[in-house]
Amino acid sequence: MLSCKEATRLLSEAQDRKLVLPETLRLEMHLALCSGCRNYRKQMSFLRAACQQLGKKQGESGE
Amino acid sequence: MKAIASGLIDDADLDGIRRDMIRFAHLQLRDKALAEDAVQEALLAALDNAKGFSGRAAFKTWVFAILKHKIVDLIRRQSRTINISALSAEEESLDQAFEAQFKANAHWAPAARPSDWGNPEATLHQQQFWAVFDACLRHLPENTARVFMMREFLEFETPEVCQELSITTSNCNVILHRARNGLRRCLEKSWFSAGERAC
Repeated sequence: MLSCKEATRLLSEAQDRKLVLPETLRLEMHLALCSGCRNYRKQMSFLRAACQQLGKKQGESGE
Repeated sequence: MKAIASGLIDDADLDGIRRDMIRFAHLQLRDKALAEDAVQEALLAALDNAKGFSGRAAFKTWVFAILKHKIVDLIRRQSRTINISALSAEEESLDQAFEAQFKANAHWAPAARPSDWGNPEATLHQQQFWAVFDACLRHLPENTARVFMMREFLEFETPEVCQELSITTSNCNVILHRARNGLRRCLEKSWFSAGERAC
């Protein structure tokens, strides 16, 4: 069983590369049982979205 | 300075754009003088060629594209003289804080378990959130921030980041993981856990 610590590594790497199938399966199994890591996954997408928006705020529009 | 001469952009516009550029460059280069130089060069290059701008917004987009280019160039040069993957005391303390979130079996300690951040859209619309986000970014150790910014702000693919900075992929992954954890913890503490904040 994947530990939460290992799950955070995979969830970070999932932002950078496509995970291979065995990784995805182990991760999904872990996430099904772990609300902390499910939140962590959402937080990772949030960070990406926030960075993109910050880049846009500064690089475009007239704000 | 055709852009100014043609009345496309006035001094006040230029001041505003310049301020935004310096903030952006400073966040990534962590060096005020270097950031100001990069901004100056980017502005001169952009102002010299006013053709094709339909207004302030287009000009701003363009000058930021030039700035990003300059930042990458500077980071590339820096990476030849500094060891990006070297651990400073700050990085070590981030790693310790990360480890401290887990029990001996590597599962979350109850107090450190990531919380539900609610509706991200709503958060991104709140003006005060950006001040906190900015502070959390600045709080990241220098080398960690550099790798993270390259990935997320200059939008390099991870293999390109590793290549540009001459670090291994696994090192790159470790650094990005460290940056994301640092940011995550900072936001959770400074923004999201303040659930009782009046809204």
